[in-house]
Amino acid sequence: MYLPRATLPALTIALLTLPVGLGLFFTLAPALGYMGAPGEAPFMRLMDWPGIAPATRLSLTTGFAATLLSLTITALIAAGWHGTRAFTALQRLLSPLLSVPHAAAAFGLAFLIAPSGWLARALSPWLTGWDRPPDLLIVQDSAGLALIAGLTAKEVPFLLLMLLAARSQTRSEAHARVATTLGYPRAIGWLLVAFPALYAQIRLPVYVVLAYSMSVVDVAMILGPNTPPTLAVQITRWMADPDLSLRGVAAAGALWQLALVLAGLALWRGLEALAARAGTALAMSGRRLPRLNASLRALGLALGLAVALSVLAGLASQALWSVAGYWSFPDALPDTLSLRTWGRHGPMLWPIAVTTLLIATLAALAALALVTGCLEAEARHGFRMGPAGRLILYLPLLIPQIAFLPGLQVLMLTLGLREGLWPVVLSHLTFVLPYTLIALSGPFHAVDTRYFTAAASLGAGPTRRFWRLRLPLLLAPLLTAFAVGFAVSVGQYLPTLLLGGGRVTTLTTEAVALTSGGDRRAIGAYALAQTAAALLPFALALAIPRLMFAGRKGMRGG
Amino acid sequence: MKYALAFATLLATPALAGPDPESLSDGLSAEEWQAVLEAAEGQTVYWNAWGGSTTTNAFIDWVGSRVKEEYGVTLEHVKLSDTADAVSRVLAEQQAGQNEGGAVDMIWINGPNFAAMKGQNLLFGPFAEALPNWQYVDVENKDVQTDFTLPVEGYEAPWAMAQVVFIYDEASLPEPPRSIPALLEWAKANPGRFTFPQPPDFLGSTFLKQALIDLNGGDPALSEPVEAADDYAASTEALWSFIDELTPNLWRQGRAYPQTGPRQLQLIADGEVDIAISFSPGEASTAIANNELPPTARTYVLESGTIGNASFVAIPYNSSVKSGAMVVANFLMSPEAQVRAQDPEVLGYGTVLSMDKLPEADRAAFEALDLGVATLSPAELGKAQPEPHPSWMTKLTEEWIEKHGVKE
Repeated sequence: MYLPRATLPALTIALLTLPVGLGLFFTLAPALGYMGAPGEAPFMRLMDWPGIAPATRLSLTTGFAATLLSLTITALIAAGWHGTRAFTALQRLLSPLLSVPHAAAAFGLAFLIAPSGWLARALSPWLTGWDRPPDLLIVQDSAGLALIAGLTAKEVPFLLLMLLAARSQTRSEAHARVATTLGYPRAIGWLLVAFPALYAQIRLPVYVVLAYSMSVVDVAMILGPNTPPTLAVQITRWMADPDLSLRGVAAAGALWQLALVLAGLALWRGLEALAARAGTALAMSGRRLPRLNASLRALGLALGLAVALSVLAGLASQALWSVAGYWSFPDALPDTLSLRTWGRHGPMLWPIAVTTLLIATLAALAALALVTGCLEAEARHGFRMGPAGRLILYLPLLIPQIAFLPGLQVLMLTLGLREGLWPVVLSHLTFVLPYTLIALSGPFHAVDTRYFTAAASLGAGPTRRFWRLRLPLLLAPLLTAFAVGFAVSVGQYLPTLLLGGGRVTTLTTEAVALTSGGDRRAIGAYALAQTAAALLPFALALAIPRLMFAGRKGMRGG
Repeated sequence: MKYALAFATLLATPALAGPDPESLSDGLSAEEWQAVLEAAEGQTVYWNAWGGSTTTNAFIDWVGSRVKEEYGVTLEHVKLSDTADAVSRVLAEQQAGQNEGGAVDMIWINGPNFAAMKGQNLLFGPFAEALPNWQYVDVENKDVQTDFTLPVEGYEAPWAMAQVVFIYDEASLPEPPRSIPALLEWAKANPGRFTFPQPPDFLGSTFLKQALIDLNGGDPALSEPVEAADDYAASTEALWSFIDELTPNLWRQGRAYPQTGPRQLQLIADGEVDIAISFSPGEASTAIANNELPPTARTYVLESGTIGNASFVAIPYNSSVKSGAMVVANFLMSPEAQVRAQDPEVLGYGTVLSMDKLPEADRAAFEALDLGVATLSPAELGKAQPEPHPSWMTKLTEEWIEKHGVKE
């Protein structure tokens, strides 16, 4: 089949930019008074909302703190432990956490650290003396500390994966080794020499984390403060308010949120310059800081373990809730165990799980085909993705979802398109594409090109080289990229809700709907099902290459 | 005859899949209802209803299986985390000019959401009083023809009665406070042991209204729009001084609140609070059966009574399966569905039907129900106080948010 060489890249760029651009336009038009929006002077009303200053401040502080903390933990883990067994172990522990849906992780954490949570139950009353939970504001605290912790727990695995992928693209490790021979201890040497080069590679993912943390809705609803909530949560509430004139205020809020994220990114950029200057000054001073090195290593390991264990223990607590009978404070374990919750929800869970898997499979497959096509076109025709190209790639992740999805819904309706499965798959594709491209482009470029030269000299044309050589060589990374895309699709809440018109139910929409009630048993069951759905393709991505290339050790990595 | 003709034309034109509201205002003859049933067969009705409660979801699921069996109507429950999502959906469709084939066929609705939809002409009707099972509805003693003082006028069909009750754990709190001033005294003596869902949550706003009514009961201004109140400040003075004194003694000193009603049940089960407000007299019994509350949980009403209202279903103007939706709404008012909804093992919702109007066998089924250990009898519940005009809820909520909702 002959395609003009730019077809797939053009299609991919359209899928990345069109939904964002059109969605933004149709969200913001009501805020600016077009399209006959109900309500007057939305911006005045937004600024008149008494919570606007604290909510804005909260979005900024929690977003910055979560990003800074996740980046620091990631850097400390890599700095102190790269090349050791502990690093491999920590990496194994953290990477499956990437696929744990945000809402499930947040719920687990909330139950873990609440005054009547699992930690307090385990220590009460024998250690704490509490036979009633203390009246302490831990979850939903006014400063957003619980929210920061929840976001950090989810972002460290992501940044670590990005860092690992970037390692192959820089000579960072070699540089760090040189620093070691110059007498720098492991962590200090790595931070001063390897980290700056690596950071340049993972800069956009870090921006994604910042934009996401500043505008997240589901995690902030579960762990964030409420008097007032963060800006994104408040916008969602305005959209859901029975007073329809608040839709205009919500649109104005979305614009404000967008401005806030852009300002946040600019501010971060400024901080980068300051940090670079401080780092250079430290390096030029020639100090080796051996004692700091030891504490940094210990801190990195402790924080890394804390992240992994908090998410895993949170999941374990939800598993326990899903089979719990009556379970009161301060019992560390439920009175009785029963399968009642699963018996009740099991029959409803199946069809929902099937829809979830279907959407995720379609979106992840489409993304994989497009991404592979783009990379192949790039390789054959020598396209290079410049900084602008990378920005486009990250666009759907940098613009807050809450700012463009509602507009996309209005657009679809205006065009007379029916809500349903396909719009949902397409909208998921917009978010799945960037992650798939991120996951695949490193391994794609890492394939030794001499294979292709050899094949070409044996008379194999480009198409044959692609199907018979490139794809089999890339089997493991292709499967991993598929799994990443799949997990991203499984976790999508807002696109599924808005573009499915409420008629497309996935494990995630169901879990978040249940969150608004208080039934921890049902939430536990759905959170587990959601996590299992996201983890399934990762397990397959590990298993399939092992089976197919049982006799070839070099082909099993990925 | 004219109506029957109108119906026949209607059914012959597949584009107009719904009945004509004009013909419904005088009720439906047996033939006309038969025509609705025939049109409904094979239709799929998307019922948008709050999906946060396991028991409600299971009940809706059961309704779906029954209307499928009986009438060939497929019912899909669109589980909302907020009813307003469906309202905004219909509004978006109206703005986009999608006046047919809307995504929402039926909504569980009342109060402000109903006022908003009716005000924007987003509802189909009047249909409710034309449904066959309307004959059993207790229009004399139950407040089913007004919704928060707004006349319903047949634009929504009632399917459950709700009344405010307070849930407490008898084991840890033998004598709960039975008036709003007593609640304040108790909260001062036991700081951190009471909270309410954060307004604008429906139940949180209800707590404000309940406190207002208890503190200055019988204020005639409450049944009029709040803008018409001569002296709003005087009407609410007692309420705000109560809230100001209560707040520092709330759970987490009023710096955080549960976001929804059911969350409070978890707080009681976790031992974090002692009293919770509920709008469903049977909720506690149901929650005990589901291990969500301790077996010693009980309910009570205030000495001078509590507010009550009805839950309704409404049909958006642009639904393409109005016949199917009417069949479901009618089934919800049937003795069979009402008995099941009142069973505390299932839902524990109060019935909208009048025992006097029911056939003997159906009445017996109601009488045979065990309402559950934590459910008050109709006599103990007493006659419900009427809801204030919806503008009061909006105003109180706004003012609460300004005073207490954003102060951190």
